[in-house]
Amino acid sequence: MSLVNLITFVLAGAVTAGTPLLFATLGEIITEKVGQLNLGVEGMMLIGAVIGFGAALSTGNPIIGMLAGMLAGAGGALIFAFLTITLRANQIVSGLSLTIFGTGFSSFLGQKMIGQALSDSIRNSFKPIKIPLLGDIPIIGNAFFHQNVLVYAGYVTAVLIGLYMYKTRIGLSMRTVGENPGAADTAGINVTMYKYLHILLGGALSGIAGAYMSMVTVPSWQEGVTGGRGWIAVALVIFVTWNPYKAMLGSYFFGGLGILGLYLQSYIPIPQSIFDMLPYLVTIIVLIMISIKKSKENQPPKALGEPYFREER
Amino acid sequence: MFRIIKRTDLTKKQSVIFRIIAIFGALVATSIFIMLIGFNPIDVYVSMLDGSFGSMYRFREAIIQAIPLIITSLGISVAFRMKFWNIGAEGQIIMGAFAASYFALYHSNIPSGLLLLLMFVSAVITGGIWALIPAYFKAKFGTNETLFTLMMNYIAQKFLMYLQYGPWKDPNALGAGKIAMFSDNAALPKVFGIHIGWIAAIVLVILMHIFINKTKRGYEIQVIGESENTARYAGMNVKKIILSSILLSGALCGMVGMFQVSGVNHTLSYQVANGVGFTAIITTWLAGLSAPIIVVACFLFAVLQQGGTYIQTAFNIHSSVAQILQGMILFFVLGSEFFIQYKLVRNKSAEHKIGKEAA
Repeated sequence: MSLVNLITFVLAGAVTAGTPLLFATLGEIITEKVGQLNLGVEGMMLIGAVIGFGAALSTGNPIIGMLAGMLAGAGGALIFAFLTITLRANQIVSGLSLTIFGTGFSSFLGQKMIGQALSDSIRNSFKPIKIPLLGDIPIIGNAFFHQNVLVYAGYVTAVLIGLYMYKTRIGLSMRTVGENPGAADTAGINVTMYKYLHILLGGALSGIAGAYMSMVTVPSWQEGVTGGRGWIAVALVIFVTWNPYKAMLGSYFFGGLGILGLYLQSYIPIPQSIFDMLPYLVTIIVLIMISIKKSKENQPPKALGEPYFREER
Repeated sequence: MFRIIKRTDLTKKQSVIFRIIAIFGALVATSIFIMLIGFNPIDVYVSMLDGSFGSMYRFREAIIQAIPLIITSLGISVAFRMKFWNIGAEGQIIMGAFAASYFALYHSNIPSGLLLLLMFVSAVITGGIWALIPAYFKAKFGTNETLFTLMMNYIAQKFLMYLQYGPWKDPNALGAGKIAMFSDNAALPKVFGIHIGWIAAIVLVILMHIFINKTKRGYEIQVIGESENTARYAGMNVKKIILSSILLSGALCGMVGMFQVSGVNHTLSYQVANGVGFTAIITTWLAGLSAPIIVVACFLFAVLQQGGTYIQTAFNIHSSVAQILQGMILFFVLGSEFFIQYKLVRNKSAEHKIGKEAA
């Protein structure tokens, strides 16, 4: 393999593998930006994966599959939202419970589908499509613009969320809710509604991430299909310092580590597990750095994980 | 309209009743799942209980599942009392197991008593240090400990994977990535057919209860949990207390790692913690951080797990039913917490006014 081919191969693989990470990370960014730390990403992904796969398998329609996965992820998030906002339960425990529930739920519903594969017509709908002009750029074209439809959806989603967060009024309000819910409330922002909606949206994105794993990456059902990517997404949110644009780079970078590890093994004997450790290690380093530097834009939302009760303000 | 106000009138007995109702609600909700796949939920629940209480052997198995949960929960409870969200128990267990296994695998010629002592001490120290790393950064720079301890879990796990498929791989295991079995020297002795971890668990529960409620340090920990500023104002060295308590928290989790490799598995694998560190967070929370109630909550979860394994063989129902049930119990108990702490009151003041004016 020539060097150019190799770079293209690794980049393209990184983008494909990074896309579910991107969706889940964007979902968690939105959730954390309104101040809620949802550790149920892995659970919501698994719920989305099993429902999405089941729906695609029974209807033969990939769009219905994806939508079902999305709704299912949002359904999981609704449990979290109801517990932590309306019933004021602890966020960490509620999120972990959601992951336990989602893991059980997916292996339970999935047991009859183990080994079953999606039809060829569904698989074909996720074949790479080349974008005219952009796809002809050397290296980059093949890596970024000769991909399946969901990869493109990932680019669009990340940019839209970035614009929404930084360029719109609602986006500003939403960030205020995560920074200072008391002030937001005073300014007439409906804190409860903002939190609910963004948690649900975050869950829907996790659901897509899960459905991507079961419908595109694997296309046949296997237990624990998400393989811990929900936790990598939680790490990624920190790594990209809650920024949806950087989330793209971060997701593809973490996605690429796995592929690079596999490839490099034949040249340098670095064990795969060391490569797998890297995302978490760099995340810790980033976490320490942002806590030392205290630069304004890279901080976690100030009220992250803190419950907000109006009358206890 | 309704108004939410804090309850002050609920007795301990009533709050227990609330929780029992919540667990019952979870059982009902899970029944729906079970019926959907065409089984009778009552049969399933009964056989889950049978899986833990049906014979002496099964009962012992349930206890063996409860031991790591209890000790880990105790460790987590110390951290949680100070609002230090240690969700790194999983990694602390793994690192404790790693340290203990080093002596079991490479110094197995040491006489059994001394070897076990070495394994124990090294596991406790290593688990403690693993927890101390995030605690240090939290104390020094205010680094978010929830996310830090979470990441440390995966680093520990990948590190063990590296050992298991790399330098510690058993050369006699014919290609499979397995670490060798320990010699009998490194096995914890048994009392009543269960490794002595159960005695340790009981002793630790009592000690922890005394430590938190009757000692100066225990009191200080509680004050820090209420308000760090109050603690500082009262002249406490908050940083030192937090660091030493987290060391204790991690040490207990590390101890669990030693008990698991030495008392249960007799070998090391990267799956040694097997989710105990996460489940224990939940049992700790359910128990309201109280040491005696931790025993009850952990035993309940051990029965669920053991029952889940049993129904898989007895009914051919996937053991994930137990996980769903666990999740449901958590949702319902977490939700019931609200009704224990608050009550909804009809907002009558507005209506009153109108009534008065009319009169």
